[in-house]
Amino acid sequence: MKKVLFITALAFTMIACGNKKGQDKDGTATGSITVDGSSTVYPVTEAVAEEFRAVKPGINVTIGVSGTGGGFQKFGRGETNISNASRPIKDEEAAYAKENNIDFVGLEVALDGLAVVINPENDWVKSFTVEELKMIWEPAAQGKIMRWNQINPAWPDEEIHLYGPGVASGTFDYFTEVIVGKSGSSRGDFTASEDDNVLVQGVAGDKFGLGFFGLAYFEENQDKLSLAAVDGGNGPVIPTKETVNDGTYSPLSRPLYIYVNSSSVRNPEVVEFVRYYLENAGELSTDVGYFPLTAEEYKAELKKFNDFVENNQ
Amino acid sequence: MRKIKEFIIEKILLSSALITIAVTIGIILVLSIEAFYFFSEVSIIDFLTDTQWTPLFTNKHFGIMPLLSGTLLTTFIAIVFAVPVGLSISIYLSEYAPNSFRKTIKPLLELLAAVPTVVYGFFALMVVTPYLQGIIPGLSGFNALSAGLVMGVMIIPYISSLSEDALHAVPYSLREASYGMGSTRLQNSFRVIVPAASSGIIVSIILAISRAIGETMIVAIAAGQQPRLTFDPTVPVETITAYIVQVSLGDVQHDSLEYRTIFAAGITLFVFTFLLNTLSHKMRKKFREKYE
Repeated sequence: MKKVLFITALAFTMIACGNKKGQDKDGTATGSITVDGSSTVYPVTEAVAEEFRAVKPGINVTIGVSGTGGGFQKFGRGETNISNASRPIKDEEAAYAKENNIDFVGLEVALDGLAVVINPENDWVKSFTVEELKMIWEPAAQGKIMRWNQINPAWPDEEIHLYGPGVASGTFDYFTEVIVGKSGSSRGDFTASEDDNVLVQGVAGDKFGLGFFGLAYFEENQDKLSLAAVDGGNGPVIPTKETVNDGTYSPLSRPLYIYVNSSSVRNPEVVEFVRYYLENAGELSTDVGYFPLTAEEYKAELKKFNDFVENNQ
Repeated sequence: MRKIKEFIIEKILLSSALITIAVTIGIILVLSIEAFYFFSEVSIIDFLTDTQWTPLFTNKHFGIMPLLSGTLLTTFIAIVFAVPVGLSISIYLSEYAPNSFRKTIKPLLELLAAVPTVVYGFFALMVVTPYLQGIIPGLSGFNALSAGLVMGVMIIPYISSLSEDALHAVPYSLREASYGMGSTRLQNSFRVIVPAASSGIIVSIILAISRAIGETMIVAIAAGQQPRLTFDPTVPVETITAYIVQVSLGDVQHDSLEYRTIFAAGITLFVFTFLLNTLSHKMRKKFREKYE
């Protein structure tokens, strides 16, 4: 009996000692940086984190993929240090952060040409006009536009299978804003997922599939997918470095951002990571399939960040 | 001194039992309260009869039928696959197999239930679907068929283990009597033993159905995330459980109507499982045969 009591007491003590090394509320524990948000920006942040680990092996960078909106929710509560975003922060999200005393800075890190993808066996589509895309994705299409030949009579009389990011995704917000006209305004009957790998899987396995996501995911899966050109009024354009940089791939060229928490910049590791990010994003974003800003633009972002760090020490 | 010890032990055991009841009541309460708020904004007729489920988008529809059809479709495929296989395994192990074989195979079967469901989900997506796409042209990358089949594999141990116990529990005197009358093994198994153990077998099937209805990971990964009212196993569907996961991991505002949809979906699921449990209880009481 005494033995049992002793062991129970020991067990309780050990359990009570367990939780000291968690994170502080704003993530300022040394050795750990928390990032969450856009699945589009994820490949860039991941590449930067990998290179950064070679430079600074002690620091652990964890990157979540909750979608731009989901990331901002967590960022606004102070649960993450950095938020990946494929669109600028909305007013409500900024207000939410302000309520929780979170100040932040937004930094542009790369350019994306949002890719509209089809299955490689799809031989009837070479390009879409913005009007056709609107017809497919607007809310009025829900339940009505279900077959390819409803959009263009030359296309086959087969079901369209749609794959797209979900409502927490910045890509979703951006696409609906520039194609349909209002952010968040979309039909509801498609396969929605914040994880772009699910969308890749979906379109790659479905002859009649049609989807959209950040270009990096197309670049990574070029053998499984086909890219459709987008006609924004000046003829069909494919996203390349030139067309995205000079804006001819319109309206689907867009900047990618990271947002950094003001209390996190008191942690020298976060500051070092973000500086490393801005210095190397140009090269690394090209590696993953996006497009870099110009060298001057990166310098300007770095200066913006350095000023922010100074103001928040 | 001894009386006090006994008293303490009794109260501790009583509180353990009460905790489980309290947790169940707590879950029911939380679901009901949020569902009540939900139904004050969405009519229950709409909820039960609308054929579209798009609560997060501009054109909001709140019909549970698409999600329900997804759940029922995958469960049906799983059961259609698992019941014959599971029952045959249990009959073989109980009536035909030599004891040594039975002793080695039974633990191996339990292993099927020990595989993490997320592993099953990726197995369905990466192995079963491409294989099926070779056999069924036009099979979508996400579909109810491979998810259902893999779910069936996962629930085989539930059926086979419990049925086998039920078959084993039939007293030997019945078998001896039937052999004495000149029956073959096959006649014995299917005409005498299985009907005698039927209550246990039916209960095991109902348990497997409840397990399949509540399964989340396999269907979230392999069955797709597109709610649609269909019984076609070759297209992407979404089950109630996959929807709950999708919304709760996203950025939907707490206490909004969209957030409450997961409670409405959850309470539908709960009602189904509860009905199944009650049914299994009734069946067990009705069909149980007492042999002493």
